[in-house]
Amino acid sequence: MKNRHVNALVVGAGAGGGVIASVLSNAGLSVVLFERGGWVSFDDHDNDELLSQRTTVLGNAFGPDDERYRRVVINEDGSTEIVYPSDGAYNNVAACVGSGTVSYGAMAWRFMAEDFTMKTTYGRVEGSTLDDWPITYADLEHCYERAEWEIGVAGDSSLNPFAAPRKKQYPMPPFAYNKEATLLESAMKRLGLHPFPIPMLRNSVPYSGRPACIRRRTCCGFACPINAKCGTHNTVIPAALSTGNCELRTNCIVSALTIDGSGKITGVEYFNGENGKEEQTADIIVIAASATETPRLLLNSTSKHFPSGVGNRFDWVGRNLQGHAYTGAFGLFEEDIFDDVGPGATLAISDFSHHNPGITGGGILANEFTRLPYLFSNIRPPRARLWGEEHKEFQRKYFRRNIQVVGPVQEMPFFDSRVQVDPAVRDSWGIPVVRLSGHRHGRDAEGCEFLSGKAEMILKEAGAFRTWRHVPGGGLSGGQHQAGTCRMGNDPRSSVTDRFGRVHDTPNVFIADASLHVTNGGFNPALTIMALGYWVGEHIASEWERGNRFS
Amino acid sequence: MPEGSGLSRRDFIKLAALGTGALSFLPGCAPSRSREWIFLSDTDAALLGVVADRIIPPDSWPGGKENGAVRFIDTQLAGPYRRFRSDYRSGLDAMTAACSGKYGRKFESLAPQEQDSFLRAMESGALREGGWTGVSSGKFFAMLRDHVMQAYYGSPRHGGNPGYASYKMLGIDYPPLIGQNRYRL
Ligand SMILES: Cc1cc2nc3c(=O)[nH]c(=O)nc-3n(C[C@H](O)[C@H](O)[C@H](O)COP(=O)(O)OP(=O)(O)OC[C@H]3O[C@@H](n4cnc5c(N)ncnc54)[C@H](O)[C@@H]3O)c2cc1C
Ligand code: SF4
Repeated sequence: MKNRHVNALVVGAGAGGGVIASVLSNAGLSVVLFERGGWVSFDDHDNDELLSQRTTVLGNAFGPDDERYRRVVINEDGSTEIVYPSDGAYNNVAACVGSGTVSYGAMAWRFMAEDFTMKTTYGRVEGSTLDDWPITYADLEHCYERAEWEIGVAGDSSLNPFAAPRKKQYPMPPFAYNKEATLLESAMKRLGLHPFPIPMLRNSVPYSGRPACIRRRTCCGFACPINAKCGTHNTVIPAALSTGNCELRTNCIVSALTIDGSGKITGVEYFNGENGKEEQTADIIVIAASATETPRLLLNSTSKHFPSGVGNRFDWVGRNLQGHAYTGAFGLFEEDIFDDVGPGATLAISDFSHHNPGITGGGILANEFTRLPYLFSNIRPPRARLWGEEHKEFQRKYFRRNIQVVGPVQEMPFFDSRVQVDPAVRDSWGIPVVRLSGHRHGRDAEGCEFLSGKAEMILKEAGAFRTWRHVPGGGLSGGQHQAGTCRMGNDPRSSVTDRFGRVHDTPNVFIADASLHVTNGGFNPALTIMALGYWVGEHIASEWERGNRFS
Repeated sequence: MPEGSGLSRRDFIKLAALGTGALSFLPGCAPSRSREWIFLSDTDAALLGVVADRIIPPDSWPGGKENGAVRFIDTQLAGPYRRFRSDYRSGLDAMTAACSGKYGRKFESLAPQEQDSFLRAMESGALREGGWTGVSSGKFFAMLRDHVMQAYYGSPRHGGNPGYASYKMLGIDYPPLIGQNRYRL
């Protein structure tokens, strides 16, 4: 049976895809939303640390699975390795309705104005494709606001003097600090810094018919047992479905775009839940499959009009893969600090986000999400014993007496950090898999050195008797904050989409996920991705309203 | 294994296991296998128990063995850690060979200090004896250590940490109690 033609299809029900499905179906377009995973709830995986989305040693509770999925990684020595979703090198986000927004830590950052004008602010960076976005913070401001109100954010931006200007406050009051944040707050103030509560996509009070957070230790990496965490799965996706215009097809793996003889993109082909092949046609095709899977889909879609993949005429699809150089420091204390008030991270500073002498960009610093017992067993100062009596004693003594201060350093985009498709290796549906290669730009190490030094200084001021820094290596970045692989731009020769996310050279293909990011800010990216979902969606909806059918 | 494919042996095994599910594991000889274990032999289990107790020694709280390390490893080797089966097989065999080469005795009958220095040699990759062909001693030790930690500090549903013993040791309640200050700090 042939599937009914629809106005728009969206690939991926994550942060960006969930939002745009809601915008389009609310505007009256008929929509099919494809998701390769299913619905996953707290009851499926409980508080299980070993397969949480943060500590994936026994698998990813929120997908994908190790049986059907794999990727190829080119190591820096040139060797090739096959990796699975539970390996860090796979660079996973998730695969379920809501994707990362089900199990995320839910920090809800707006970027700052400078994050959209990195090249203008800091000048050219040798060896980096650093550039300005084709849109500004002011363009996106109302989209941030929609994300904050329609999905739900708790915070108080008035306490952050560096926050970009906003028209409307958050819909919910901020969360109270836990004990480690209280300790850090006074230390930061003594240092002349400006601490404030982290804006969170979690209900601090009942909101949108869902209850207030009960502050558990298992939040980041887990689903919320009471639905107090706000993701696309419990906000915009249900809103899309309730219009009656949107059909969500779960467990459907989109394998390629379909292209007719004239070079027009007509829809997608996909494998349904029974692994049967089907097609779906649509006037508009929106890809929101994440910064690693979106370029894979474009590159796997070839025809005589698109010999190297859709949108890839100038070889920019899959380029500039970036994430965040997460860096910071640990501190040990003489007294108990752990008060088991989840999710741990409650306080941040934005003093070092920009305009740091000699540094391009910077990042926020925040206290970290609760370090659960297994994760903590791998946290030790340099040269400490990693097993035996000393290790056990350390675990007992310091589980309740440590603080971690960390932040995402803005990375310099690097053209040769990239997603390709592997010529040989396929997933269990026979689709060529993602092939990752490249490494961080050298500048990122300077940002890490700088920011981890600040983290250490704060911990010392807070009374830590022992501190040590942690800095990521120079290898490939991406991870849960992956972005940048189909950047937007005004020049089709050095970008993949226009400023509204439309793929150059195709009238009806749009992208609406982290792939669009020209740069990734010194902030966790989810709220910006959601804002881009509104940005691209509003553009399509208003053009549709004017009668544009994108053909 | 396809020539020149650039894939390591471990990858090939993982691939084969993924592709067909038919790659059966063939141990070098057929050691005695009780009904207690799915993958391990009794000899393997005895050795792993002693190693687990060096990685997390018993004191007023359980050691690695008592807290279910062997059960955890055996269960995972029949589940998500199927892909580490060959590492375990060759690693355990190399450990046994290295131990009899170096001390003329089984690991289990060494004094705790000897066991620790043997494990430290493994950890640093300096252990030459034993013919580490399948997996390096350093890599195997890191794997063992990590899996014992997972067993000890992870959820009991995977075979280790019965009754959340390690949570009790750390003073964190399970199931978590919400809305009250359990521990006056
Ligand atoms: C544990 C964890 C903690 C995090 N914490 C934070 C945080 O505190 N703050 C923050 O800002 N960010 C956080 N993130 C990151 C955030 O979740 C991601 O940045 C965000 O989800 C990415 O959005 P996206 O739309 O680009 O892709 P995704 O949200 O990953 O959406 C892509 C969707 O497409 C689906 N898909 C892919 N390929 C196909 C296909 N071929 N066919 C059908 N469907 C497909 C995927 O299954 C997925 O559901 C966290 C992530 C994790 C995992
Ligand atoms: S901390 Fe709050 S939002 Fe997070 S899982 Fe617990 S109740 Fe849900």
